Amino acid sequence: MASVAETAIDTAPPLRAGQVYYRHRVITRICHWINVLCIGFLLTSGLNIFNAHPALYWGQYGANADDAKRWLEIGATDRTDGTPGGMTRVGPVSVNTTGVLGLAKGADGQPVAQAFPEWSTFPTNRDLATARRWHFFFGWLFILNGLTYLIYGLITRHLQDDVWPRLKELSPVNLWHDIVKHAKLQFPRGEDDKRYHILQKIAYGGTVFVLLPLMVLTGLSMSPGFNAAAGGFLPGVFGGRASARSIHFIVTNLTVAFIVIHVAMVILAGPYNQLKSMLTGWYDTGKERRP
Amino acid sequence: MTIITRRSLIGVGAGGLLLSGCDKLSGSMGANDFVAKAERATYGWQRLIGRNALAPEYTAADLSPDFKANGSTNPKDDDYRRHVDERFANWKLKIDGLVQRPMALSIADLRALPARTQITRHDCVEGWSAIGQWTGPQLGPLLNAAGLLPAAKYIVFHCADNYGGEISKGGAQSTGLYYESIDLMDAFHPQTIIAHSMRGAPLTVAHGAPARMRIERQLGYKQAKYVMRIEAVDSFAKMELGKGGYWEDRGYEWYAGI
Repeated sequence: MASVAETAIDTAPPLRAGQVYYRHRVITRICHWINVLCIGFLLTSGLNIFNAHPALYWGQYGANADDAKRWLEIGATDRTDGTPGGMTRVGPVSVNTTGVLGLAKGADGQPVAQAFPEWSTFPTNRDLATARRWHFFFGWLFILNGLTYLIYGLITRHLQDDVWPRLKELSPVNLWHDIVKHAKLQFPRGEDDKRYHILQKIAYGGTVFVLLPLMVLTGLSMSPGFNAAAGGFLPGVFGGRASARSIHFIVTNLTVAFIVIHVAMVILAGPYNQLKSMLTGWYDTGKERRP
Repeated sequence: MTIITRRSLIGVGAGGLLLSGCDKLSGSMGANDFVAKAERATYGWQRLIGRNALAPEYTAADLSPDFKANGSTNPKDDDYRRHVDERFANWKLKIDGLVQRPMALSIADLRALPARTQITRHDCVEGWSAIGQWTGPQLGPLLNAAGLLPAAKYIVFHCADNYGGEISKGGAQSTGLYYESIDLMDAFHPQTIIAHSMRGAPLTVAHGAPARMRIERQLGYKQAKYVMRIEAVDSFAKMELGKGGYWEDRGYEWYAGI
């Protein structure tokens, strides 16, 4: 049987220029778009929750008096000229972030003193109770959707075959080759475009296997009920509840960085074809590049 | 007259539409009620995997040097002020409602009971946390002594402080008196205590003197301070705004395990 399958692959004609092929299966596509919805609400409601106590600490605990444990804070202060301004401090570095963080124009055009501005939060006004309800609803949906994707991806070997990097792909030569190709915006075409290259595998695999599971685990680490159920393993593994909250915030930033790069690459590589393939599954590999 | 370019109009229009759409969503009762169903999932799941699991306990070395006092820190209500002036000599903690033997305990009675001391983490819904040491009798044995009637499903803590505030959420019909409620699984949880001492000293007014609740698997707003009366009920639907607690009446989840 195996020889028949191999023969079939061997004898399959190389992909012709401009040929379309079925790239994303329906479960993958549904999970992708549910994930977009979830992360959109989780991010914006999460920023609203952050605004209720816009400071981060390292350790088991952290509150207003724990200056030594606090490594980040966003707030409104009076500037030297007496006018109110926004201030962001990370470690020893304080930056004036008036208009962006700490103090920014609200929906009615008046300055609002809150860490993340109204345009970036859900709901737009500061409302911890509502933000929490939406955050936990989409948290559940995100977990169920993520499990569906992971289990389906493992069973169909999509994750093992298409996303998980091969050892030889991680060689410095191959990595450098792919970095140069990306820097020159030379995107693969034709047969070469039927599989993910190493930078894509690192970006997608890092998000799927590292960032998003870390979001869930650090999120659950902040739940006193879940801490008890987990026998203290969470938040212990992250160094405490305040540390878990810090990591939750940092990983959020890394996830946003992934989304920015991901969307930029989609636009650079041809947004119509890319969006079409994530909606219909059919992807146009484009004309083979001739050396 | 202000000149508005077409592009700025489109930009502001699209952004504004998105934002006002989001606010319509968060303001919609139907959508809010729907996403609120997640609380049932969290409650059910944590009860399923948690049962009687203990919250993590810490050592004296982990204590917060300055445990933040939050919510009411100095109630102005006349009755409470009188108790403070009398050093709680005439203060009595009532345990009543759906019980066979209602009781009233003085602060001396409370201190004479076998006590549990625990160093635990207090997680405020806002995001900060603090580690404190609490001492007091477990609630479970007291409820057994009072004899819960079979109809009892929840335990309500009525407090001395009128917290007022947040009228935009609670509405003028709410009195603002602080109260909280828990299910029987948390009521009989070994770490659920009526704390009369913090770090070995009697509770200060800022931390809820003379007695406050410690319900260690839930968030800070469940840790009712200035407890005056513990009532066993079958439903809290007729109490205040009917959601089972001061903050619950103002939009927060009744199950505060996350």
